[in-house]
Amino acid sequence: MDFNKNNKKERAKSKVNGRRDSDRYQHNLQFYSVPPTDNISLQDFEEYAVERLKVLKAVESVGVKFVKGTENYHEALNKELKNTAMKFITKSVIKKEKDTTDTEYNDRKKDHISHFILRLAYCRSEELRRWFIAQEMDLFRYRFGLAGNDSNSIKDFLDTNNLNYTPIPDEEKENLRTELVDSTYEKTTTSVEVTDYFKVPFTEAVDLVRSRKVYLSKGYAYVPRNELVSIILGVFRSNLSHSLAVTSRALPHLEEDDRLLPMLSSLSKRYLGQDYSNRKPTAGQITADMIDLLSKESFPLCMQQLHQGLRQNHHMKHGGRMQYGLFLKGIGLSLEEAMKFWRQEFTKGQTDPDKFDKQYAYGIRHNYGKEGKRANYTPYSCMKIIMSNAPGQGDTHGCPFRHTDADLLRQRLQAMAISKEETDQIMDSVKGGHYQVACLKYFQFSQKPKIEPTWALNHPNQYFEESRRVRTGGHTSSQPKATPHSASLTQSSTQSSTQQSQGSTQATVQPEDGFDELSLSMEDMVAIDGMQ
Amino acid sequence: MAKEGSVAAYDPACLPDFLPIYYKRLFPYGPYYRWISYGGVSKNYFTHREFSFTLKDDIYLRYQSFSDQQDMEKEIQKRCPYKIDIGAVFTHRPKDHKTVKAAAFQAQEKELVFDIDMTDYDDVRNCCSGADICPKCWPLMIIAVKIIDTALREDFGFEHLLWVYSGRRGIHCWVCDEQARKLSPNARSAVAEYLSVVKGGENQTKKVNLYDHSIHPSIQRAMKVVKTCFQDYAVKKQDFMGDEERLDKVLGLIPDESLRKHLREDYGEADSETSSFKWQALKQRVEDAKTLNKQEWKKSWAAVEEIMLQYTYPRLDVNVSKGVNHLLKSPFCVHPKTGRVCVPMDPDNIENFDPFQVPTLSQLCEELNQMGGTEDEKKRLKDYKKTSLKEPMQVFEDFLQKLEKTWKGKKLEQSDMKREF
Repeated sequence: MDFNKNNKKERAKSKVNGRRDSDRYQHNLQFYSVPPTDNISLQDFEEYAVERLKVLKAVESVGVKFVKGTENYHEALNKELKNTAMKFITKSVIKKEKDTTDTEYNDRKKDHISHFILRLAYCRSEELRRWFIAQEMDLFRYRFGLAGNDSNSIKDFLDTNNLNYTPIPDEEKENLRTELVDSTYEKTTTSVEVTDYFKVPFTEAVDLVRSRKVYLSKGYAYVPRNELVSIILGVFRSNLSHSLAVTSRALPHLEEDDRLLPMLSSLSKRYLGQDYSNRKPTAGQITADMIDLLSKESFPLCMQQLHQGLRQNHHMKHGGRMQYGLFLKGIGLSLEEAMKFWRQEFTKGQTDPDKFDKQYAYGIRHNYGKEGKRANYTPYSCMKIIMSNAPGQGDTHGCPFRHTDADLLRQRLQAMAISKEETDQIMDSVKGGHYQVACLKYFQFSQKPKIEPTWALNHPNQYFEESRRVRTGGHTSSQPKATPHSASLTQSSTQSSTQQSQGSTQATVQPEDGFDELSLSMEDMVAIDGMQ
Repeated sequence: MAKEGSVAAYDPACLPDFLPIYYKRLFPYGPYYRWISYGGVSKNYFTHREFSFTLKDDIYLRYQSFSDQQDMEKEIQKRCPYKIDIGAVFTHRPKDHKTVKAAAFQAQEKELVFDIDMTDYDDVRNCCSGADICPKCWPLMIIAVKIIDTALREDFGFEHLLWVYSGRRGIHCWVCDEQARKLSPNARSAVAEYLSVVKGGENQTKKVNLYDHSIHPSIQRAMKVVKTCFQDYAVKKQDFMGDEERLDKVLGLIPDESLRKHLREDYGEADSETSSFKWQALKQRVEDAKTLNKQEWKKSWAAVEEIMLQYTYPRLDVNVSKGVNHLLKSPFCVHPKTGRVCVPMDPDNIENFDPFQVPTLSQLCEELNQMGGTEDEKKRLKDYKKTSLKEPMQVFEDFLQKLEKTWKGKKLEQSDMKREF
C-alpha cells in the first residue's frame, strides 16, 4: 500500500498552479530573463519575497565576514542558506535534469517568482538597486561556482541561455603567450597552455577590466576559463541593472494597488536597516558651534578626520563634502546651520564669500533636497564608504581603517590616548580586513564611560547615536528602534499613501514602519533581526 | 604695427570686450558642428545634446540645446558665455526638459572623457602647486598623453580621440568612437580604473603597488614611455631626490627596511650627491638584491618601477569619466583666468606642444586687428585660419576627417534604405 507516497505527490502537484511548462526551469540556476506569468496568492507573494530577502541578507552578512570566494566563505554561506526556506539553492547541480520532479519545478518557480517580486521592491532608488544587484550577483556567483568544473553542463546551461563562448584557437594563444602569462592572476606558462581562453568584447568582462586582471587588445579581453564566471556575471549584472531601471520607470504606472505597494515599500525599508535619512536630532538642535566638541566626543574616526582636515585646510574636496555633509545632516544639522558651518570655514581659507555662494552653497542645498531633482540623499553607510569612492590625491574621506597606511593609523590611534594593547587589537582587525569591527573596538576604547557594545556597527550615524547615548547616560537617545511590537498602523498607511502620490523618485525612508502590513511570525522577525 | 614677437598680455578685464569678437569671428562653428552632430546619422543627436553656459558673474545655465548650427551660433553670440560645457545626448531636447516627466528624461549617450589635472600631482612635483604649471612639470602631461593615448587605442581599440589643453592646468581627452559614446557608467568607470595605477588619499603614502611578481602588459608598455622620460624629467628638471625632504619621500616608498638602510649608508651626506647619483645607486641596490639578498628582493622586486610610476604615471579623476551626464568644458572656449583657448593637441606630436604658446584671447584679437577690416562675409568665416588658431584647427580638422569617414558609409546605407538619391 502506497498511500503515503501518493499523498505526498498529490500535495506537491496541487501547488503547481496551471500548466506545467516543460521548457521552463530545466536548470537549477536561472538568468531571470523572462518575468513569470503565473498566478499566486497574496500570501504566497509576501512569503516568497520575505524568504528570498532572508537569503539575500544571508549572502550580505557572510560577504562581510569572509573574503568572497574562499573556502570559509563557501562553507559559511552554505550553512546560512541551508537555514532558509530556499535551501534548494545549495543544490550543486545546474545540469539539465531529464525529468524535473515536481518539487524541483516548484522550487525553481519560487526562485523565479521571488526574484521578480524583489525587483519590484528594490528598483525604486539608486541605493536600493545597487544593494539588490550586489547580493543577487554574489548569490549567482556562488551558485554558478557549485557547478565546479563540469564544463559540459556549464556549456549546456550557457547555450540554453544564449551565451555562446568558444575558446580561441591554440595558434592565437601561442602568439599571445607572454602577454597572457603576465596579465592573468597566478598564471604560469604551462597553465596558460592547458587553459582555454575566451575572446570577448571588453564590455562583457567589465569587472576583470576594472581590476586589470585580464589581457586586452583592440577592445577584446582574453579571459581564462576559470574567470568565465566573471563574464557571465557581467552579463547578468547589466541585464539586471537595465531591467531594474525599466521597472522603476514603469512602477508609477502600476494600477493603484493597495495590496502590493505598501508591502513592497516596507520590505525595502525594513531590511536594509536604518539609513538615517530623516532623523530628528538627538539632544535638541545641533548647531554649527557644537560640532567641534561633538566631533571629539562622538564622531567616528572617519568623520573626525574629515572635520580636522576641514579645520586645518579651510577646504574640502567633493568626495569629503559628500561624506561629511550628509553625515552632519544625519546627526541633525539643519540646512541653515550647515550653510553657516561650511561658509565660516571655507572663507577662512582661499574662498571668498562670493565664491562660496557660487560654487559650494548649491551643493549643500542639493544634499538637503532643495535643488535639482530634490532627492533626499541618505548619509553613507560604512559599506558604502569602505567599498566605493576611494580617496585620491588630496582627499581625506574614506574609512581610516581601510584607507590609511598601517603605521600611520597605529601612530594616530596611540596619539589619541588609546593604549598600545588596545591599538594592537584594533590593528589586528584591520589586518584581517574587518574594518567595521576595528571601528567598533575604537568606539569601545574611546568612549567615556567605557562600555562594551552589544551591537554591530554599519553606519557612521549609528556610531554617533550610540555614542550620544553613552555620553548622556542613556537619557536623551535616538528614536527607539523599530520593534516588532510597534503597532503604528495608521501612521504607516498614511506614509505609504504619500509615497504613492509622490511617485518613484522620492526615497524618503521612515524607520518606524510597523511590521503590521506583513504577516510575519515572531520566529521570522527574530531570525531577520538577528542577522548582522 | 606691433613688434614681432610681442604679444598683448592678457587681462581678464578684457573679456567683456574681446569675447564677443571671439564668438563672432573666431569660434569655429562649422567644424564644431560637424563634430557634435556626428554626421546626422542618428536623428536628434544634435538637438538632444545638452550644453551649459557659465555667464559673467558666474551665472550658470544648464540644459541649453539648439536646433541647428545657426541656432547655436546665435545663442552663443547672444549670451557670450565665459565658459561652455558639453553634456550628454538626452531622450528629449534638454531645453524642454521641464515639460517631460523627470523619470523619462534620461541621458543616453556621451563621449568617454578623461580629465588630467596637474593639481593631482602636487605631492610629486617640486616646482609648482595648485593651478600653476611651468616647463619643469609640463612633461607630466606629455607622459600622460603618450600613455593614455596608446592604451586607449591598443588595449581598448578606440580610434577617434580628441585631446585638448584646458587652458590652464590640465588636459582632457574626448573618446568619440560610437562604441565609446554608448558605454554604460559601469563600463566607463572600469576603463578609468584600468588606467589608474596611482591610488590612495592623503593617508596613503605608497600609492603604487604592483603584485604577483608580474607586471601587466599595459603597464609594461607604459613603463617604456616612463623610462625614456624619467631621467630628464624627474632627475634633472625636478631633482626629485635633491634634498633631505625629497629623499625621504622617495625612500618612504621602498617597502623593505634593510634596503632603505643600505641606501642611506650609500648616500652618506644627502646634499653632497646629486639626484642622478642617488637614483642610480637605488636602481643598482635593487638590482643587486635580486641575486644577493633574496629577502630584500621579495618585498622590493618592483621598487624601481613603483617609484617611477608614482612620480609620473597619469592620474585621472575617475568621477569625471564615470557619469554619462557629466558635463565637461568644451574645446575652443576661452579660459577666463588665463585667456588661453582650449585647443586640440596632436598626440603624435605631443612633445612639441607648448602650453605657454597657446594663443590667448587678447593675442587673437590683436592679430585680427592686424589683418585689417575685411568686411567680406565669406572671408570672415575662415578668420581663424589666418590667426594663431591655424595650427590647432588643423589638428581638429585631421581628427574630424578621420571621424567623418566612419559615418559616410552609414549615410549611404540610410539613403539606400529610404530610396533617396
